Amino acid sequence: MRHWLTSLALILMIVLPTISQAVDKPYFYPYINPFEATVMELPPYYEADMPKKVPTKIFSLEVFPERKIPEVFWYEDGLDCSLVAQKGKAPLIFIIAGTGARFNSPKMVKMQKKLYQAGYHVISITSPTHMHFVINASSTMTPGNLYEDAKDLYRVMQLAMEEVKNAIDVSSYNLTGYSLGGIQAAFVSMLDDEEKVFNFEHVLLINPPVSLYNSMTILDQMLEENIPGGIDNIESWMDSVTGKLAEATKSMGYFEMSADYIYKASKRFPPREDFLASLIGISFRLSSTDMIFASDMMKGGGYITPRNVKMSNSTSLSLFETVGFRTSFGNYFDEQFVPFFMMKDPSMTREKLIEQSSLRHIESYLNRAQKIGLLHNEDDIILGPGEIEYLKGLFGSRAKIFPTGGHCGNMGHKDAVDFIVNFFAGQEG
Amino acid sequence: MRRSNTFKNSVFLLLMLSVLFMGGCATKPITGPKTEPAMHQNSELVSKDTDSGVKIYDPLEGFNRGVYRFNYYFDKYLYLPIVQVYQFIMPDYAEDRVSNFVDNLFEFNNFTNNLLQLKFKAAGITLARFAINTTVGVAGLWDPATTWSMHQKPEDFGQTLGHYGVGGGPYLVLPILGPSNLRDTTGFIGDTLAFNNFGPVAWVDDDGFTLGFTVISAIDKRKRIPFRYYGTGSPFEYERIRLLYTKKRELLIID
Repeated sequence: MRHWLTSLALILMIVLPTISQAVDKPYFYPYINPFEATVMELPPYYEADMPKKVPTKIFSLEVFPERKIPEVFWYEDGLDCSLVAQKGKAPLIFIIAGTGARFNSPKMVKMQKKLYQAGYHVISITSPTHMHFVINASSTMTPGNLYEDAKDLYRVMQLAMEEVKNAIDVSSYNLTGYSLGGIQAAFVSMLDDEEKVFNFEHVLLINPPVSLYNSMTILDQMLEENIPGGIDNIESWMDSVTGKLAEATKSMGYFEMSADYIYKASKRFPPREDFLASLIGISFRLSSTDMIFASDMMKGGGYITPRNVKMSNSTSLSLFETVGFRTSFGNYFDEQFVPFFMMKDPSMTREKLIEQSSLRHIESYLNRAQKIGLLHNEDDIILGPGEIEYLKGLFGSRAKIFPTGGHCGNMGHKDAVDFIVNFFAGQEG
Repeated sequence: MRRSNTFKNSVFLLLMLSVLFMGGCATKPITGPKTEPAMHQNSELVSKDTDSGVKIYDPLEGFNRGVYRFNYYFDKYLYLPIVQVYQFIMPDYAEDRVSNFVDNLFEFNNFTNNLLQLKFKAAGITLARFAINTTVGVAGLWDPATTWSMHQKPEDFGQTLGHYGVGGGPYLVLPILGPSNLRDTTGFIGDTLAFNNFGPVAWVDDDGFTLGFTVISAIDKRKRIPFRYYGTGSPFEYERIRLLYTKKRELLIID
C-alpha cells in the first residue's frame, strides 16, 4: 500500500509540472469550425493588446504619371499607402494586404497597431487585386500573375520609401503579408534577393495559398456550390437571407449594423456551414467583381463592359455589377488572364501559368531562404488536400502551424501575435 | 427661431440648385461607331423577368449619382476637415460628452416615434432615459441610464411610416445627408419640423442655441459615422450602398 502511494506521488511529481506548463499557455481558439473561424470576428478576450490609436500618415503615390484614367473612375487620385512611424531609429515592416483589401482594411489596421507597439515602423500596401492598385499601380492591369504582381509591389514599396525617407530612421527592412499578400511576399522577397534594394532581414508569410489557382477555385466553388440552384438563384437566395435576418431581428427585438450584433444573432441562430461558406464565397466574388471591372475598363473594355464606350461619372454601373457577379475567377483566368499573357509571350501556356502561380514553383528558393517563415492554420479553408503537409515539409522549423483558426481568423490572437513579434525579433518559436 | 430656419432653408435650396446644375442625367454608356459588345452581357446572363429585392427602385439614378458626387466633394473639402479640426481641438472625453448631449436631446424624436408606433414600453424607457440623463447625467452630458441597462430605443418618423406599411418609394441621395428614399426623406422632414417646433430647441427658444445645436450635432453626427465616400474601394459603391441602405431600413422597420 505504502509502495503504491509512493509510486503515485512519484508519478504526480513527474506529471504535474508538465500539466501546469500545458495549463500555462494552451492555444485556444473559440471557433472550432474553420468556416466560423474565418467569418466571425475574434472575440476581444482572445485579441492581443494593442494601442487605441497609432500615429498614422496616409500618403498617395503616382506610380505612372502618364497614365490616363477613364472618367468612370473620377474619384481616383493615386495609390494611397500608410506609414505608422516610430520616433527614433527602428526596423521597418512592409505589410501586403490580402485579396481585395486596402492598406487600411480592419485586419491591416490591427496589424499596424500591434507591430507599432512592438517597436516597428509599418508601411501598408493595398493588394494588387484591389481596384486602386489595378488602376494606379499595376503595369499589366491584369492582376494574378505573381511575378508581375511582385514587380509592381516592389516598385510601389520603393516609391513609398522615397516618399517617407526623410520622416523615419530605418535600421532594417522586413516584409509580411496575409492570404494572397502572403504568397506575394514570397515572390517579392525573391525579387529583392536579385535587386537588393531592401535586403529584407525577415519575411513572414501569413496564411498564404500554396497554389493561387487551387485556392481561387476553392473560393469560386464555395459560392457556386452553396447557393441552392446555383449562381442564377443568387437574387432569391439573398431575399431568403434577408428574410432570415428579419426573423432574427424580430426575435431579438432590435437591429444594428455591427459585428457585435451579428455575433449575438449567430449565437441565437447558429448559422449552417453551407451558409458560412456561401458568405465567404460572396465576399470573394464581390472583390473579384471589382477587380475584373477595373481591369476591363483600364484595358478599354470588351470583357464585361462593351469595347470603346465612354462612361461618365454618372453612368449607371448596375448592369456591369450583375455581369461581374456572375463571372467567376475561373472565367477571368481562362478568358482574360491566359489570353493576355499568351499574347505577351507566345511560348506561354495555361498549364505554365497555373504552375507559376504557386509556392511550389519557387520551392528551391524557399528552401534556402532561411529568413522566410510561415504562420498558418491546420484547418485553413483555402488550402486543398495535402497542401498543409506540403508547407510543413517545406518550411520545417520555420513554420508555426496552429490547429484551428480557419483562414486568417486568428491573425489577431495573442498567441499568433506573440509568434509574429518574436519572429521579426529573430527569436523563432 | 424663424431667422435660423430661413437661413437653413436657403442653404438647403442653394445646395439643391448646385446639385441640379452639377448632376448629369445620362446614365447609359456613350457608344460610338467603334463600339463592340462585351464578351459577357447582362441580357444573356439574367432573364428579364427576375424580380427581386436585390434590385432597388431608383428612377432618379442620374440625379442621385450627381448628388453622390457632390457629397464626395463636400465631405472631402468641407465636412471632414471641419470634423478634423473639431477632433483636434476637443479632448476625446469632451467629444463623448457632446455626443451624449446631442443624443439626449434627440430622445425627443425617439419618444414621439415610439409613441406613434404604439410601443409604449419603449416610449416609457425613452422618457425615463431622458429624465435620468438630464438630471443625474447633468443635462445629458453623461448617460447613466445605459449603465443601468436602460438602452436607447431609436425610432424615427421614416420607420414610423414604414411601420404603418408605407413603402420606401424611389431611392434618393440627399445632399450632405446621403442615402435615403422618398419615405425616409419625408420622415426626416417630419422629425426635423417636430424637433424644431415642439422639441428641446423650441423649449429653449433661442436663435443662437438652435443654430449652435444644429452645427454641433451635424459635426458630431459625421464624426460618429466611419463611412468615407469611395473608401469601400469598389467601383460599384453607389450600388452597394443603395442595397445596404434599403435592407438596413427594412430591418429597422421590422424590429
